[in-house]
Amino acid sequence: MTLASPSDFQAPQQSSPDQGGPRGLQPEGWLRYLSFSLDHKVIGLQYMVCGFLFYFLGGALAGVIRTELASPISDFVSRETYNEVLTLHGTVMIFLWIVPVVNGAFGNYLIPFYVGARDMAFPRLNAVAFWLIPPAGILLISSYFIKGGAAQSGWTAYPPLSLTTPALGQVIWIISVLLLGGSSIFGGINFIATILKLRRPGLKMMQLPMYCWAMLGTSILVVLSTPVLAGTLILLSFDIIAHTGFFNPALGGNVVVYQHLFWFYSHPAVYIMVLPAFGLVSEILPVHARKPLFGYTTMVYSIIAIVVLGLVVWAHHMFTSGTPPWMRLFFTIATSFIAVPTGIKFFNWLATLWQGKIALNSAILFACAFIVNFVFGGITGVALAQVPFDIHVHDTYFVVGHFHYIVYGGTVFIIFSAVYHWYPKFTGRMLDEHLGRLHFLLTFIGFNLCFAPQHWLGLNGMPRRVAEYDPSFTTLNQVSSVGALMMAVSTLPFLINVVVSAFRGEVAGDNPWKALTPEWLTSSPPPVENWIGEAPLVTHPYGYGVPADRLDLQMVTAEQIWSDPKP
Amino acid sequence: MSDPAHLRGKCESNLNFLPEEAFESVVTSLPALISIGWAGFDPCPAAPPVPIPSALITLLLGMALVLAGLWVGYNVSLLPLDASSNAPVYDALFKVLFSIGTILFIGIVGLLIFSLVRFRRRSGDSGDGAAIEGNLPLEIVWTAIPAVVVLFVGIYSYDIYERMGGMTPLNDHGAMHASQPAGDHQHHSDSHGSNQAVLASSSSAPAAAEDQELGRVWGGIGVSTDEDETLTVDVTAMQFAFIFHYPDGNIVSGELHIPADRPVSLHMEARDVIHAFWVPQFRLKQDVIPGQPTLLSFTATRPGTYPIVCAELCGPYHGGMRSSVVVHEPAEFDAWLSKNTPPAPATVASSGSTPTA
Repeated sequence: MTLASPSDFQAPQQSSPDQGGPRGLQPEGWLRYLSFSLDHKVIGLQYMVCGFLFYFLGGALAGVIRTELASPISDFVSRETYNEVLTLHGTVMIFLWIVPVVNGAFGNYLIPFYVGARDMAFPRLNAVAFWLIPPAGILLISSYFIKGGAAQSGWTAYPPLSLTTPALGQVIWIISVLLLGGSSIFGGINFIATILKLRRPGLKMMQLPMYCWAMLGTSILVVLSTPVLAGTLILLSFDIIAHTGFFNPALGGNVVVYQHLFWFYSHPAVYIMVLPAFGLVSEILPVHARKPLFGYTTMVYSIIAIVVLGLVVWAHHMFTSGTPPWMRLFFTIATSFIAVPTGIKFFNWLATLWQGKIALNSAILFACAFIVNFVFGGITGVALAQVPFDIHVHDTYFVVGHFHYIVYGGTVFIIFSAVYHWYPKFTGRMLDEHLGRLHFLLTFIGFNLCFAPQHWLGLNGMPRRVAEYDPSFTTLNQVSSVGALMMAVSTLPFLINVVVSAFRGEVAGDNPWKALTPEWLTSSPPPVENWIGEAPLVTHPYGYGVPADRLDLQMVTAEQIWSDPKP
Repeated sequence: MSDPAHLRGKCESNLNFLPEEAFESVVTSLPALISIGWAGFDPCPAAPPVPIPSALITLLLGMALVLAGLWVGYNVSLLPLDASSNAPVYDALFKVLFSIGTILFIGIVGLLIFSLVRFRRRSGDSGDGAAIEGNLPLEIVWTAIPAVVVLFVGIYSYDIYERMGGMTPLNDHGAMHASQPAGDHQHHSDSHGSNQAVLASSSSAPAAAEDQELGRVWGGIGVSTDEDETLTVDVTAMQFAFIFHYPDGNIVSGELHIPADRPVSLHMEARDVIHAFWVPQFRLKQDVIPGQPTLLSFTATRPGTYPIVCAELCGPYHGGMRSSVVVHEPAEFDAWLSKNTPPAPATVASSGSTPTA
């Protein structure tokens, strides 16, 4: 067996985009995307499209917030509505956009390819996990239209505020989050089982593409921490409905215990949103830099370190909640040290680019902007981990700026990068590069314009979650709102690109990037079975620039995969 | 925000702590470490000539970077006026973090942009880059550098925090009992009347005192101070106001008036939901929690009027929950106190909580 050299991927075999016919009881054509499909690729794209719909909704909610904050007085929506909007914005963006897309969409689409399987370990559970999301999302949105309105206590739902705001909206919020948490747990179990048990014979753990490791770590976090959130929210709903006193100080409850339980999930949730993005970067950079991923082993260990440390840093959200001094000290140290494995990953990505032959396309531009944004957010994160620093800026716009640099500048940039990278695989067609770069430019400038000034606002006295503020902060808030408008505009070229290219885009061929990871060693889009013949054994997923005779690996060549007769 | 030069000088003069020098020595040795790393970064000697910058250029660039970072950290002011004794301490920490952050950010982004320009794919080139899969010495270097930086930052911020009084165990904090009425139970029964806010404060503040007697103050920031010196103020937070009660003069106020250069201790409790007491110019914030009293001790240094901001989402009017703290010259404060002290247990003291101090 020899390694597939890049020229092998110019295989003459072109698959038609409609290929991949009916198997079993699955509907055909676009209808399968509305069905209870068991195909991991269909489910992945269901997650993706559903997630993007909620992203546009969450973005519209952010637009309401930035419009309100364009002036220092509360003049755009009522104060109650404003709190509903900020609660929905946070909940939609976290539970209906980033977590489902960066885990569910890319995880479902890619993981079976990466382990050499034809589907996930539990296809029905997989479909159930996806189909929990639309009803939960619709339920959450519908609460806006009921009497009393949606939940008003922020996505954190701290009692006693969440016990005193209109009860029905809060209970619906809890039910939605429980459904979404359930979906997340089902997905996590499925990923762990698939990665550990469905690997193609002969494929070792340390030969897996890095995204598998990221998803394994993420899924462990999901399975360990999401049940804690579920239990906490169930107790909170008892307090609201049955007037129990778990978190109600008037009935002997303790409000700070809720915060501990909440953040026990919700800090790992940051890593649930960020680790898969780390995995995706590790797939995208080597392909477009034409270089092996630098330091595979240390990358794996740093993921493991982030998972372990990520479970013991939650109380850094509570430095002003009256936590005892020793606890503040412990969580400062744990939080600071998570910067070390994270730093290793960033240095390794830079080393991956070093001496590469970098194609400056939309995918790599978004990936590199991710590095810029995340390093900035990481530096402010280490600062925030220091108790004395945090005491001043906790619950201010500094924190708002910081976590948008992590989740938007980090994860959302990578979602876009990944869409540009894998769109040819999903559809068999390329996205337009010019529109892609325009999208990148608008997003990058708009994002920094929107969130960079917020750090100064927080340092100088603007708390978060306010509908009105001191007039001396007006100018920078307006700059921030202009940035938000630019981000809204930036989605237009993206949308046009994605929709038009699906029909008129340049035909991509099976492997336009000449990538070596297994999802590219089949047709685009792939057949239902993923590979017509046997799954390829890819032991060096990043073997770029390596002469075939230097590797003693077993690998099926592209010709062998594609020369099998099609049905 | 203005930060006059004489003020900065004042902040820096407070810095006589060892990590300051340690910081300098660590950051100045960074380029050397990096250049060792780059020098070892040639895992593929058989490959065609690789563009590795010479150790000397790297060293010079690194030193320039460190100097630029230090200059930015110490000359760009992003913070509001400092008006409490721990604000200059905080600002010193901020400058160190800002310098380190600037150095790291410019360094990493500079390296990224350099790579994107220098190693971009030329048109017509469809080959691969160098097959470098890793480099252990380099990995060790960039594991060690963040670890050292983080360790330094942690130790330094611990020291800052200790100087702010953050590590003082609060449960056996003696100062808080100094000027408190010793548990008056009467007021609980008659806390209903025309002026809800006033009654509320006079009813909950002694309750907080009881809790403190029972050792229930369980969080906050306390500086060990001279008991007789300390001015104690009971703070009640409610939707959507702060009420300040002075046990010394039995004064109830919607604004906080305190003297400069005298320790102040706020005993805080919320009536309804969680609020947070934040004065940006003091660099201090403490959640005010229902059912759990918290404590905040500080010394204001600069007379003036500063905003008090509620920083924890507390309901629709959260953004409007603002007040002011007026820092007086000591003599001025005494005048304010005597002017506002009610002559007898009249309207405000109708609940019967006569001061014992």
